[in-house]
Amino acid sequence: MNAISILVLFPVLASAAVLSVRKDAVRNIIVRICAIVTGILTLFVVCRYFKDGISLSFANKNIIDTVIASVEVLIAAYIIFIGIKNKKYIVSVFASVQTALVLWFEFTHKHGIYIHSDIVFDRLSAVMVLIVGGIGSLILIYTVGYMKWYHIHHEEYKERKSFFFSVIFLFLFAMFGLILSNNLIWMYFCWELTSICSYLLIGYTKTTQAVNNSFRALAINLGGGLAFAAAMVYIGTNFKTLELSELTAMRPELAVLIPVFLLCIAALTKSAQMPFSSWLLGAMVAPTPSSALLHSATMVKAGVYFLIRLAPLLAGTSIGKVITLLGAVTFLISSIIAISKSDAKKILAYSTISNLGLIVTCSGIGSQESLWAAILLLIFHSISKSLLFLTCGSVEHQIGSRNVEDMDILLKVSRRLSGYMIVGIAGMFLAPFGMLISKWVAMKAFIDSKNILTVIILGYGSATTLFYWTKWMGKLVSNANRKDHVKHTFHIDEEIPIFIHAVLVVLSCFTFPLISRFVLVPYLSGLFGPTVSMPIGTSDVNIMLIMLSMLLILPISFIPIYKNDRRRIVPVYMAGENTGDNESFYGALHAKRKVKLHNWYMEDFFGVKKLAFWSNVLCSVIILAGVLVLIGGITK
Amino acid sequence: MNFSKKSPWILHYDGSSCNGCDIEVLACLTPLYDVERFGVINTGNPKHADILLITGSINEQNKSVVKQLYEQMADPKVVVAVGICAATGGIFSECYNVLGGVDRIIPVDVYVPGCAARPEAIIDGVVKALDMLEERQKYARKKDK
Amino acid sequence: MQGRKGPSVLQPFYDVLKLFQKESIEVNTMHRFFVYISLIFVIFTTIIMLLGGDILLALFALTLGSIFFVLGGYASNSPYSTIGSERELLQMMAFEPMILLTAIGLYYGDKSFFIKDIIAAKIPSIVYLPGVFLGLIYILTFKLRKSPFDLSMSHHGHQEIVQGITTEYSGKDLAIIQITHWYETIITLTLVYLFFAFKSPVSHVIAILACIIAYLLEIVIDNAFARAKWQFALKSTWVITGVLASVNLIILSFFR
Repeated sequence: MNAISILVLFPVLASAAVLSVRKDAVRNIIVRICAIVTGILTLFVVCRYFKDGISLSFANKNIIDTVIASVEVLIAAYIIFIGIKNKKYIVSVFASVQTALVLWFEFTHKHGIYIHSDIVFDRLSAVMVLIVGGIGSLILIYTVGYMKWYHIHHEEYKERKSFFFSVIFLFLFAMFGLILSNNLIWMYFCWELTSICSYLLIGYTKTTQAVNNSFRALAINLGGGLAFAAAMVYIGTNFKTLELSELTAMRPELAVLIPVFLLCIAALTKSAQMPFSSWLLGAMVAPTPSSALLHSATMVKAGVYFLIRLAPLLAGTSIGKVITLLGAVTFLISSIIAISKSDAKKILAYSTISNLGLIVTCSGIGSQESLWAAILLLIFHSISKSLLFLTCGSVEHQIGSRNVEDMDILLKVSRRLSGYMIVGIAGMFLAPFGMLISKWVAMKAFIDSKNILTVIILGYGSATTLFYWTKWMGKLVSNANRKDHVKHTFHIDEEIPIFIHAVLVVLSCFTFPLISRFVLVPYLSGLFGPTVSMPIGTSDVNIMLIMLSMLLILPISFIPIYKNDRRRIVPVYMAGENTGDNESFYGALHAKRKVKLHNWYMEDFFGVKKLAFWSNVLCSVIILAGVLVLIGGITK
Repeated sequence: MNFSKKSPWILHYDGSSCNGCDIEVLACLTPLYDVERFGVINTGNPKHADILLITGSINEQNKSVVKQLYEQMADPKVVVAVGICAATGGIFSECYNVLGGVDRIIPVDVYVPGCAARPEAIIDGVVKALDMLEERQKYARKKDK
Repeated sequence: MQGRKGPSVLQPFYDVLKLFQKESIEVNTMHRFFVYISLIFVIFTTIIMLLGGDILLALFALTLGSIFFVLGGYASNSPYSTIGSERELLQMMAFEPMILLTAIGLYYGDKSFFIKDIIAAKIPSIVYLPGVFLGLIYILTFKLRKSPFDLSMSHHGHQEIVQGITTEYSGKDLAIIQITHWYETIITLTLVYLFFAFKSPVSHVIAILACIIAYLLEIVIDNAFARAKWQFALKSTWVITGVLASVNLIILSFFR
């Protein structure tokens, strides 16, 4: 057996093993070992095949196909059942239609189609495998510690830890399969599997809200799956192929654009782009590690990964323009709505949608610079966002709330934790860090491809992004002195993965020229020919690295200055007498008044109520425009 | 070179004044008297101020406020008591809640008499305070060395 | 206007020199750090600009400096500093799009973000970027901290938020903030300069003149207007950016 097959299949094994064990201590050890093994396997596979890449074809394809088909039928039956049971009929309808479609296709049209390579491993898949395997295993280790405290803090939820870990491993299998498959049937199967895993994890707590949200997520993702199935059947019947690489090698003419558009719709639902974004916001009821893994680092990335793969067919076409505009609008509006949110996970969700929108925009343009930016965005976003979700989970344990307003005491509760969170936030938007590097290149790519409207949208979107992150960061450094907090300990199980993440955030920024040289440029050369080079000049790279080093060195260099320059500390000025603890002052009639400091949320300007409906309408219109363009093309 | 004389920033605090002196203090800032030509700014923030200018007497309610304001000012700093109430308590000195002049609470450097103090007198007082500010600056520097 | 003598022209320098001689007090040990970092990054921006470096990168470094300044306001955890920080952030959100679009407009001259290329262009940028230039003049008021857009802090006494972000800073730290502001002024005026400078050496004289005129204009505006509400500041700036700069750039992108 090949190392890649082992990597893909190992999580299934782990999933089954975890599910069967009931004892906490034993299971924790198994999860840790399996996570580490997955991590090692990932590194091994990437190192082994990184240089030359590999494409595999399996001899006993028929057996695999039969297994997949039967599992698909089982899953469909399960979905139809739960749909009817919970009166969410739309889910049942989607599941039955698409399964019927796929089965019909497999029995009637599939026989003549020969698939040359089922699995393709190139530099782009290497990046994704590293993200899924690396971040996935770190999150698993974190989850071990997190879930223990989760159930101590939330006694009202039934404990189903075995199930939780098992689904996460199953999800890892689906993700690996999705990334590595070149065979559309396999890919479709994994695509559906990720939707199911997401559904199961969102509904983990079994509260009414969780169940409703999980069904919404399932319905939207199955809708995307239906589009995927339709595209697959269309490609199979019209072009007599079922390989992604064959599809992307075609010329972007109308007949090809129809399935490509359907695949884009599938990708947009998975990446939670407007108007399909509501499921991702609902998904935040899931325990934080699953939000970190599925809803920020990997599963939602599957959509944009797919779009990056399809980018050669999108570049310069009308569909590409539709996708570009849709991504840009999503980017702007979700970053605006994020301003009005104070729940940390909601902010992270909106920021995820917004950044995915930027990646979608880049892949819609499809020029070499924009794809360079897109892949880099994908890498940096995965690491930073995953770090933020994990710290967010730990903060919730430490201060009992995930509201940004309550995080002003974090510096007093746990200095390290707030430090990690600051690194994560900095990674999301500050100047020398990854996201900004990519954003800058994206901007350049937009100008060079004459998408001036996108540039303007990016300008506004960057400003709003800056606002919501900085005010959050402000709360983290605000050093509030509240006496009523309880001191918690920050567990080693949680800290190790968080620490590694933080190191990765910084390290990836330092090494981005190397990432560019060894990953992005070779991959893009494969698409655009040997003229590809890094879109940032050497002098600029140097300046960025200097800035990054300054950010690392300066805080340390201040320590001796602090030691030598001790100062008189006086009470904060409050325009009334400070009672001395900087928390309250004497008001009229010498009454003690508490000082409350709140961030600005500006609901009237940026609230969901005001924006969500119209932005969904706008995005639906954009998609409709895409449909009209295609119909117009057919009738011509 | 000593620059405290060139840019004295003032914090004006109204104790239990009848507002007569306060009006005169503000009159100093108008174009007619124009204390801004000396670089004076009425800051309204103790952390930035060099001169604490107090009108009115000290009473039970405001004594801790004045103390805190004085504490919140950075060295070198001087205190100017404007008007007879700030100097001794004036006609209010016999009131049951009045402690007396500002010097009951914090050290006062310059007393500007008058009821109400005239703008010219206030400016004179501030200029006198500047000399003391300069002296304190020199002293503080010597101590540093 | 009022027939008075007023402070000397050198007054800001006297203020800063005085502040350096004063004691520096603080409310906690954290907040002074941000001010110094802010200054370092603003100086760094100036260096990039003077060496003819990448204008977009320079502006990013400037934003980084400004963010540290805002965080300094939060770090003191004082009511007035925090309000000042929120307002400063709001101002940044208002003018950031315009600043970015300015850099992008300048890119069109020679298809380069490098300042040394921009000032070596064949025609001055103002010729094809009149809308962007007007937009820049509008946001200059924010950057120079002049009325009507001096929401977050100003040197005028007795305002509703005391001294905004700077409320808790004194002595050296306050002096550093003032110096940072001088650097920011230079950087902002450099943006004005770039619109007029091109290959011909005479143009540099004109560019400097333009900077002086822009600065004097801002002083007049400062004296002529009362402070605006934040709603107006945000809306008007975004609308002006959206109309003047965007239309200018869209037209330009058709021709180049």
